[in-house]
Amino acid sequence: MSSPPERVAVTEAAIEVLRRLRAQHGELMFHQSGGCCDGSSPMCYPAGEFLVGDADVRLGELVVAGSPGEGAPGGDAPGGEAGFVVPVWMSRNQYVYWRHTHLTIDVVSGRGAGFSLEAPEGVRFLIRSRLFSDEEQRALDDAVAPDGAEALTGWAF
Amino acid sequence: MTIYAAPGQPGSLATFRERYDQWIGGEYVAPASGRYFENPTPVTGRTFTEVARGDAADIERALDAAHGAARTWGKTTATQRAVILNKIADRMEQNLELLAVAETWDNGKAIRETVGADIPLAIDHFRYFAGAVRAEEGSISQIDEDTVAYHFHEPLGVVGQIIPWNFPLLMAVWKLAPALAAGNCVVLKPAEQTPASILVLMELIADLLPPGVVNVVNGFGVEAGKPLASSPRIRKIAFTGETTTGRLIMQYASQNLIPVTLELGGKSPNIFFEDVAREQDAYYDKTLEGFTMFAFNQGEVCTAPSRALIQESIYDRFLGDAVARTQAIRQGNPLDTDTMMGAQASNDQLEKILSYVDIGTAEGARLVTGGERNVLDGDLAGGYYMQPTIFEGKNSMRIFQEEIFGPVLAVTSFADYDDAMTIANDTLYGLGAGVWSRESTIAYRAGREIQAGRVWTNCYHAYPAAAAFGGYKGSGIGRENHKMMLDHYQQTKNILVSYSAQKLGFF
Repeated sequence: MSSPPERVAVTEAAIEVLRRLRAQHGELMFHQSGGCCDGSSPMCYPAGEFLVGDADVRLGELVVAGSPGEGAPGGDAPGGEAGFVVPVWMSRNQYVYWRHTHLTIDVVSGRGAGFSLEAPEGVRFLIRSRLFSDEEQRALDDAVAPDGAEALTGWAF
Repeated sequence: MTIYAAPGQPGSLATFRERYDQWIGGEYVAPASGRYFENPTPVTGRTFTEVARGDAADIERALDAAHGAARTWGKTTATQRAVILNKIADRMEQNLELLAVAETWDNGKAIRETVGADIPLAIDHFRYFAGAVRAEEGSISQIDEDTVAYHFHEPLGVVGQIIPWNFPLLMAVWKLAPALAAGNCVVLKPAEQTPASILVLMELIADLLPPGVVNVVNGFGVEAGKPLASSPRIRKIAFTGETTTGRLIMQYASQNLIPVTLELGGKSPNIFFEDVAREQDAYYDKTLEGFTMFAFNQGEVCTAPSRALIQESIYDRFLGDAVARTQAIRQGNPLDTDTMMGAQASNDQLEKILSYVDIGTAEGARLVTGGERNVLDGDLAGGYYMQPTIFEGKNSMRIFQEEIFGPVLAVTSFADYDDAMTIANDTLYGLGAGVWSRESTIAYRAGREIQAGRVWTNCYHAYPAAAAFGGYKGSGIGRENHKMMLDHYQQTKNILVSYSAQKLGFF
């Protein structure tokens, strides 16, 4: 059986913004919002700024590769920039409605509201979605997510 | 047909400054950082003014002004405050069209809405709370013959308010009117998409309010909103927006042990029972308008009826008529009184709406009408216009579960009453709902069964003061638009008095 696919991804344009934000703010995190105004937008915070807990699901993490230093192919070479990861979270109850879609964090010009870190840059993170294929969905259904999120199947309100 | 002159053009009713500072202590104060951000109008996409980019230093300065004013303002009588609120309402009424043009230019919405709804409602809101606070009484409880508990309403002091961009003036007034009526001073952070019209209002009423009672600090959420929401110098924070920021604001509030009121949106069902189509009469015509309300304010309403549920027996015919009504929506220059639907408030909002069209298509929903950006002619080509869009699909699809905050409607059918209630309540949110039926029994039962704070019955999108507005489930905490909001801005002081000369006998 193949390993389950990733639930989240990130575009090159968004990676560039993440690199700038990390240089300014340190480690980062995303929490996917819902509701009105800027709802349905991914909110980017300094890691730990937004308290996550049992009400949340960790969808995965965005891996931002390091930039190589001079003459060195690796990520942590002198003069280069270390790679980093950005975890992506969502409220557990919202995940029930989103679990059949793969999410890619992209960026567009604009000015989100909320307290997301990128707004002063004149850009806004945006979610692009695609449906998991039947095969991907089966692999995900068979897998048990690290935090037990998959046990949510059949959740009743 | 009337086309109002655009701000900056000869004859325009509204004039914006080239640059706006922070409004602190009743005057403009340059931002401590010296930085400004550009403010484009969604009508053309072009910048028309620049606005102070506030940070923690500006918030502190505004809080200084608010605290400086709070002691005096909090001691004014309800009568004095009511007189001022009524004067504000009168001043706004005298300048209704000016404010409407400013609001349309800042936000992008059609002028017929700002003239006919946003500004008149804001005016009435001040009057409502002027009346409500005059009529408010404390209470007494007689504990026994010689012991009396007196209950007094006292203002909280200085409160923070964070305002959304969909109704910049009206949402500000929804929060300002009860806070001021109750005797509080306010530091208000407008949305960064719509920072300017509120300053037009502040200038207009500057001579009516004591300096420092209302302070407006513009800036980005992370730079100005966060220091306000997390400040230990506010006694309450009010926010309208989305769930993640709502949670973050509660988190900050928990650290300072202060109350919050939150309005976080919804995914409101609009339910059409089969009897609506029993006759082709005025009522049927009204139901078609009710369906089309998803396009009101370009769909940028927390209570937008963004899920239409139509009974199977009338589905094809009703949807056909409703689509025709939707396709008759006139989109154009928001300053034209014939325009029914204006521009989305920002570019990123337009992008988000289009991303949901992609999701809907990918999930297999059927695109019935619309679905694309609407590029208008001339100056308007750079504006953020979206076609009114209808999808047909299932309630489990993401376009049925997420607030797109645009003119995008998700339509599905239901078999019977129970099915309608199941679909209506299968959502994380519970802010609004619509029920359409000629049968009062059906309408009443449905209204009580739907888990939402506001159930419009044979109407939609009416927001009169005196009708409580707020959410069930994930849609928030608190009720605005009603005198009960005074409670959210007041402390209760109990003075417990013994009129007896007899000791207890314990010591």
